[in-house]
Amino acid sequence: MADFFSTGLGIAIIILAQCLLMAIFLLLAAYFFLYADRKVWAAVQMRRGPNVVGVFGLLQSAADMLKLVVKEVVIPAGADRTVFLIAPLVAFALPMAAWAVIPFNETWVLADINVAILYVFAISSLEVYGVIMGGWASNSKYPFLGSLRSAAQMISYEVSIGFIIIGVIISTGSLNFGEIVAAQDGSYGLFSWYWLPHLPMVFLFFVSGLAETNRPPFDLPEAESELVAGYQVEYSSTPFLLFMAGEYFAMFLICALTTLLFFGGWLSPIPGLPDGALWFIAKLSFFFLIFAMVKAITPRYRYDQLMRLGWKVFLPLSLAWVVIVSFFAHFELFGGAYARWAVGG
Amino acid sequence: MTVADFTFYVFAVVVVAAGLFTVVSRNPVHSVLWLILAFLSSAGLFVLLGAEFVAMLLIIVYVGAVAVLFLFVVMMLDVDFAELKGEMAKYMPLALLIGVVLLMELGLVFGTWTFAENADGLRAAVTPEPAAVHNTRALGQLIYDDYIILFQLAGLILLVAMIGAIVLTLRHRTWIKRQDILAQMYRDPAKAMEVRDVKPGQGL
Repeated sequence: MADFFSTGLGIAIIILAQCLLMAIFLLLAAYFFLYADRKVWAAVQMRRGPNVVGVFGLLQSAADMLKLVVKEVVIPAGADRTVFLIAPLVAFALPMAAWAVIPFNETWVLADINVAILYVFAISSLEVYGVIMGGWASNSKYPFLGSLRSAAQMISYEVSIGFIIIGVIISTGSLNFGEIVAAQDGSYGLFSWYWLPHLPMVFLFFVSGLAETNRPPFDLPEAESELVAGYQVEYSSTPFLLFMAGEYFAMFLICALTTLLFFGGWLSPIPGLPDGALWFIAKLSFFFLIFAMVKAITPRYRYDQLMRLGWKVFLPLSLAWVVIVSFFAHFELFGGAYARWAVGG
Repeated sequence: MTVADFTFYVFAVVVVAAGLFTVVSRNPVHSVLWLILAFLSSAGLFVLLGAEFVAMLLIIVYVGAVAVLFLFVVMMLDVDFAELKGEMAKYMPLALLIGVVLLMELGLVFGTWTFAENADGLRAAVTPEPAAVHNTRALGQLIYDDYIILFQLAGLILLVAMIGAIVLTLRHRTWIKRQDILAQMYRDPAKAMEVRDVKPGQGL
């Protein structure tokens, strides 16, 4: 048996099984986080949220999924059929593909590649295609307006996300997630992590992440009060489900990135306690909670304000931060907090 | 045939096919989508070469930014296909002539191409051993240490081009009412509104 798993076919089967495991994890996470999202939203607005299907409404997500899957797929007569159906697939598959390089602890990672962070950035820059293709292929005005908005919005905020990531890369001297987390390992527990030296950028990264995943207060592509539901107007049944699941995967990805880049990934916050994947999942859940809270308590931005924030506030700030971090790293100021490659930590 | 060979042929065939469909596709939006597929497959070829940094940059810059802007523009164009086809028939002989001349020239060049004896040595001298240095680091070394001035000059030229484009298209329309965000934020709420006690049935 051990021999078989070192042959070509055996390795292929192992890789396939690992991918399947990751997919199951993501689907389960989407299931429960969707429920949690609605519960948090309801709690903030002093409602009960889903509480009818199953105990505490736990089966609500399953009921919704079943309902969406068995509904009829409606394709508008004037739509470009192929592109119309490829769009939800793209929106679903790309955020899932990005999870291939996200490590849960030192060894639990599907593909431990050198340019992992660039890979994630590349994949997340492709996510805009699901929205654009969906909006264009629907051949209708509201979806088209929604997709144009999202194209501009997602590109704008990607730029500042890129600059913020560069700051972290400069401090670490590596593009690999394992090494980025290892660089945050220090004797002060949670005070050794990057959130302290990179404090202003943590907020910028999170807000840019909200804009990148089209979450409120930046959900302009699907603003229901003006565009009905933006690029999703013409979608029903399983294609709509794929869009929604893809959105949640992208959200987990932003939460995971925040955890890995600024909050020490799987490292334990208190020096004595053991590190592990549980810490990673706990931190991820915490950031998802903040995502859900932001959705509940903030009003939607106006489109020109959104663009102004992206280009005139976030871009100069993050660009200046890259220069400042390079300066700190080169002269190893603050005890080498910005140059972990030099001080070894 | 190893797995790497097989993957190479898959990517290569997809690049060529996608390039072909980019040209022959009737709908311009489909053309851009095929172009994106071609970019993605060539990124795959770069990964097979061991140049993963270049592959990722290709995806981020070309697919993630440039092609989105293409798509953005093409989607909003109202292209008249019948007219385009008529135009194409008109220019076909000239295009074919140029194509044939270009092909012959390329044939002449490649037919008589010989490598200098020390070409391999010269090329190897400036690049570090691929196995010794990770390619992100090696590229950084070349661009930012060895050829920093050339790189900065190239950047400067691009900056000048960008400023030129902005200067050409910028119209500062002074008669338009603009929002002053700072003025809005520092507005005193006490001066901006007043609370009136309205008697029922009387109004103001």
